[in-house]
Amino acid sequence: MLKEHLLRSLSKSIRYDGRKPDEFRPITVETGIIKSAEGSARVKIGRTEVLVGVKMGVETPYPDTPAQGNLMVNAELLPLSNPLFESGPPGDQAVELARVVDRGIRESEAIDVKKLCIKEGEKVWSVMIDVCTINDEGNLLDAAALGAIAALKDTKFPKYEDEKVDYLTKTKKSLPLLREPISITVLKIGNYFIVDPLSEEEQATDARLTVAVTQDNNICALQKGGETPFMPEDIEKIVDLVLEKSVELRKKL
Amino acid sequence: MAYTKRFDGRDWEETRPIEAKVGVIPRADGSAMFKIGNTVALAAVYGPRDLHPKFLQNPQTGILRCHYNMMPFSGHGERVRPGGSRRSRELSMVIEKSLLPVLDLSEYPNAVVDVFIELPQTDAGTRCAGITAAAMALADAGLAMKDLISAVAIGKVDDKILVDLNYDEEAYDGPKADIPVAMTPNSGKITLLQMDGEITKKELKKALEMAKKVCSQIYEIQKNALKEKFKVQ
Repeated sequence: MLKEHLLRSLSKSIRYDGRKPDEFRPITVETGIIKSAEGSARVKIGRTEVLVGVKMGVETPYPDTPAQGNLMVNAELLPLSNPLFESGPPGDQAVELARVVDRGIRESEAIDVKKLCIKEGEKVWSVMIDVCTINDEGNLLDAAALGAIAALKDTKFPKYEDEKVDYLTKTKKSLPLLREPISITVLKIGNYFIVDPLSEEEQATDARLTVAVTQDNNICALQKGGETPFMPEDIEKIVDLVLEKSVELRKKL
Repeated sequence: MAYTKRFDGRDWEETRPIEAKVGVIPRADGSAMFKIGNTVALAAVYGPRDLHPKFLQNPQTGILRCHYNMMPFSGHGERVRPGGSRRSRELSMVIEKSLLPVLDLSEYPNAVVDVFIELPQTDAGTRCAGITAAAMALADAGLAMKDLISAVAIGKVDDKILVDLNYDEEAYDGPKADIPVAMTPNSGKITLLQMDGEITKKELKKALEMAKKVCSQIYEIQKNALKEKFKVQ
């Protein structure tokens, strides 16, 4: 029913809420909003809202990367943000969301993790990114990815002295960032491609592809979702659309 | 060293700056934000809605379920591991009991009203901020209520009884007490009362009197926030 209705309007290039297929809702990004975090951002895309906080810590490095800092991304799909979300351990959607955000940052080498090494094999900084959803009206993926980069850019190291982190004293030192990946999800409904879906559009989707791109227009992460397969020409179309829209999202940082 | 002046310069009976807003989460049936100093509480209400698993259902009345949670980056020091703790379970329970007396869910047999309280940023007094936000969210959801609930922590630092402790006062190295109180502001009934520390009977009496006074100030702020949402432009 819903899908038929969406397809009928998409055939006239109109969305559920009157937008064009390739049009985002208004986006706002605010940073430095959480005092207890080392970096933070609030992203609103239309009425969808996510909070992203970065906490820093000093930990032992992973055995296979003894001279590199640790990166962790976690997503909390809070039951306060959507009547369908439940309390409890993260479900599939939360894990996927966190991993897609993680991949965009990790694979673009957004953070120069070598510079997070304090003492090789013993102590490195770890960067822990938490995404918390406040209001879910579609497109949490793009909001979370944008928020993660904005929060990383906002992050300042806490003071580290005598092998202890002093969380109450922030330094002026920012994270060593090399690149700023932007993730955009394109949905395929019937033969139409749309960006920035509402919850209703997400439900009616055949397939989706999240593409993360760097500022030099390289692709640094991909994630296909949905049950319907894509044709190679679909992918080309989607990547072109993502590259075009990424310019717009990058301006919000 | 005696505590003669508050760390942040406030009067003994003065709360930190307060902000309140209703309808902050459009997806929810009712929602509110309550900020007191650097403590921020968000509350969302969903329901009355179907309750699963079914054995929890009560054919006599709807039930209230509260969930208190600190966001991973909301703590004073290290990241708070998500997934709940013994502390958050206890707080969820006492918050539930503090709100229940003003609700009448008998019209909604077998249903549940879920209240989700999230703390994005904390500086002590989180359960009181959570309760205050939740009460506004319940009213915003249009549920029948006999009164609102307003809450504040009263404390003792050295020999001073004071209002709305912040983290520095809670961590004071010396005689101290922390007494979170929730009240029905109109009928003056106490619906939440806890304490850590040591005080005299006389001091407790004074603390409860102060709580009543401050709760009625908070009640005005709650009422104004509710009215603000429905103001005709």
